[in-house]
Amino acid sequence: MITLSFLQHYWWFIISLLGALFVFLMFVQGGQSLLYTLGCTADGRELIASALGRKWELTFTTLVTFGGAFFASFPLFYSTSFGGAYYVWFAILFVFVIQAVAYEYRRKPANLFGERTFNAFLIINGLLGPLLSGIAVGTFFTGANFTVDRSNMVLLGGDMIISRWMSPWHGLEAVADYRNVCLGVAVVLLSQLLALHFFINNIDDEGIRRRASRRSVPTALLFLCFFSVFVASILLSTGYGYDPATGVVSAVKDKYLKNFIDMPAVAAVFLVGVVAVLCGIVLGAKRSRRAVWFSGAGSILAVLGLLLCAGWNDTCYYPSLSDPASSLTIADSSSSEFTLKAMGVVSLFIPVVVAYIWYVWRALTKPITVCDLDSDGH
Amino acid sequence: MVADLMSVVDWSRAQFAMTAAYHWLFVPLTLGLSILCAVMETAYVRTGNEEWLRTTKFWMRLFAVNFAIGVATGLILEFEFGTNWSNYSHFVGDIFGAPLAIEGIMAFFLEATFFAVMFFGWGRVSRGFHLASTWLTAIGANLSALWILVANAWMQYPIGCTFNPATVRYEMTSFFDVLLSPVAINKFSHTVTSSFVLSAVFVLGVSAWYLLRGCERSMAERSIKVAAVFGLVFSLVAALSGDRSGAVVADVQPMKLAAMEALYDGRERAPLTLIGVLRPEAEREAGDVYRFDVEIPAMLSFMSYRDADAYVAGINDLVDGNAERGIMSVSEKMERGRRAIGELARYREALRRGDEAEAAAIARSFDPAASEGAAFLKDYFAYLGYGYLTSPRESVPNVPMVFYSFRIMVGAGVFFIALFAAVAWFLRRGMLARSRWLLRIMIWSVPLAYLASEAGWVVTEMGRQPWAIQNLMPVSVAISSMSIASVKTTFFVLLALFTALLAAELSIMFKQISIGPDKK
Repeated sequence: MITLSFLQHYWWFIISLLGALFVFLMFVQGGQSLLYTLGCTADGRELIASALGRKWELTFTTLVTFGGAFFASFPLFYSTSFGGAYYVWFAILFVFVIQAVAYEYRRKPANLFGERTFNAFLIINGLLGPLLSGIAVGTFFTGANFTVDRSNMVLLGGDMIISRWMSPWHGLEAVADYRNVCLGVAVVLLSQLLALHFFINNIDDEGIRRRASRRSVPTALLFLCFFSVFVASILLSTGYGYDPATGVVSAVKDKYLKNFIDMPAVAAVFLVGVVAVLCGIVLGAKRSRRAVWFSGAGSILAVLGLLLCAGWNDTCYYPSLSDPASSLTIADSSSSEFTLKAMGVVSLFIPVVVAYIWYVWRALTKPITVCDLDSDGH
Repeated sequence: MVADLMSVVDWSRAQFAMTAAYHWLFVPLTLGLSILCAVMETAYVRTGNEEWLRTTKFWMRLFAVNFAIGVATGLILEFEFGTNWSNYSHFVGDIFGAPLAIEGIMAFFLEATFFAVMFFGWGRVSRGFHLASTWLTAIGANLSALWILVANAWMQYPIGCTFNPATVRYEMTSFFDVLLSPVAINKFSHTVTSSFVLSAVFVLGVSAWYLLRGCERSMAERSIKVAAVFGLVFSLVAALSGDRSGAVVADVQPMKLAAMEALYDGRERAPLTLIGVLRPEAEREAGDVYRFDVEIPAMLSFMSYRDADAYVAGINDLVDGNAERGIMSVSEKMERGRRAIGELARYREALRRGDEAEAAAIARSFDPAASEGAAFLKDYFAYLGYGYLTSPRESVPNVPMVFYSFRIMVGAGVFFIALFAAVAWFLRRGMLARSRWLLRIMIWSVPLAYLASEAGWVVTEMGRQPWAIQNLMPVSVAISSMSIASVKTTFFVLLALFTALLAAELSIMFKQISIGPDKK
């Protein structure tokens, strides 16, 4: 039976899946941040840029689709968070804009700013993209300072804005919570780890593969430290839940731990993801080309599990620290049943999209060599 | 407070307009050039002629330079609905968000995935697969335009939705009404075909530069052959769809039509002003509109209603009302809008008190299936947005801006039809390379095409002011809770960024053109 509640859960799953895919595809950002570290020579840097340059559009498109799907399915989040955490979202957009042009312009003659400037754009995007995205997602668990009052729309001549941000820092205050920073740093390190595994798989250059494998171990250890601190702090912290009958929001001790216990399938998805990432780390240390598939699939599953834990089981997925009653839940911030259903039909195209992306990826997957650089389309 | 909000509104509008204007510098070329590349590659695959391959690769290189910056500016635009128009995002997100999501799922991935094959697939995939990828990239780009234009059309003509007082927002009731509204169909056909025209003019201009320099003659003439035919066909289609758009505007946005024509006092057999110079606002409102003008009698009536004798309402009629013609004044609409807002306030208050019986009783006023609801929605709630206006004159857009932009767009469109026809004729006669005056005109037509393209959007967006959503939500109510300083900061950061990137893009483009097809 397709009820409004079912559709809300379904669309939270789709959003979580898009978010998880985005985290995986941020290996492009991780790779960019290693442009000079891993690419010791000009040819080495070109190999790295060329390997990543064939994939950056997918990361970018996933981000755009994530935004569009969030807007369509949970418009109140879109209006509250984007209109409130203004500086954080603009900073994220800014670093993705400079990435979009960098690949195409960096080696073109007469690009005005020189190759080093565009390389710097790639590095800025590579570090700040995952860091800021991680911090922003952290607030799904740790909360933010906002209020929501739909009745404001009738205050003629007064303050008619429904969602108001209560901090003058407009989202930057999220860095004051160590848990958000831990997640942000963990996402940076994960994106670098995935990039190292991607290079082992995709670049046919012994030097780069050796350096990538060697670097993957300390990167993985650091990632595990930050990720463990974040997960442990979240599981043991107080979250917010709501009564589905009345909509009343209340603080719940160990809310996220209880969510995993109440939803064993979600916990299993998360744990399988973590184990797959660990397998990927071991394979990467052995310089196996299969490492990226394990760490990639594992990242997707682990992030999917975390995001489902944030939104399902009557949980407030965007807790308000200023007014808990204003916290956003999938029940009260979603689109109407009609729209979710219409969008549900459209979402049936997603397997088709995944299939052709996979087909094209395979068609272009032959590891690249220095010889390929001259024949590149860009 | 209101003064502060107005300033934030102005800066938010400026930021959105600036982002949209930059974005629209790049998108039309992406839409049309992708198809032109696909046509040229098809010629290569069918004939096996290497010169077609060389020509295709050259235009693809320019396409890629343009594509990257179009993608970058588009990202900002999508998220600005949330960052700067928070109330708007809540109020109509149920309807407006859907096309954006569909655009991502159905169009962006198609475009991005096959774009990679288009540029990295040469020699790695078969000719057929590569050609299919080029076509799929072009289809993806144009599908993307379809969905965003459907969303924009809904803002001009909100349809297929109903108001839900419990959530204080509009909710979709018919997806196909939204997708297939007359405004959406005309907007898509006119915008996309005019983008094809811009792309064709671009190809003509660049090719003409080669002919003037006496180099790359084969590539230039092949390109001109394709672009002239493509441009001629689609400039005629753009003219037809533009004519149809005018008739639809007359029906659903009469104030915009009146502003486009600077028609202050309505009349039967209304003339179409071909060219004109407007007097200052006070004189215009008093009835003395032009310093100078050239008119075609009765043409506006005919184009708007397919009847030369038809009455076309003017700005003064629409603002002050015209009982004889059954036109309600804006003051009356404001009264009705305020009553609708008052009813909504009563409903919210009943909910706050927990008085479910009264809330249910008031909710019937918003139920289109109930008789009192149907009447209330038609007689009062249809004017909701007017309730937020502070004066009737607020409902009038910037007339000179809309009037002159419309003439630039239409004048350039007519000129391009003549240009494509002339180029095709001279090329067929083998006289084009020798007609240096025509080659120079082709080159100078490129900036004109961009100017016309931007002017078209000025007509569309400035013409519907003060509305974010026609008749339902003015821009002053659509904004986010931001300080002026914050919006100013992002405005100037984005302005600097986009300007720098545009400068880099132009520099690269000019360099690539001067290098020609054989080197990078």
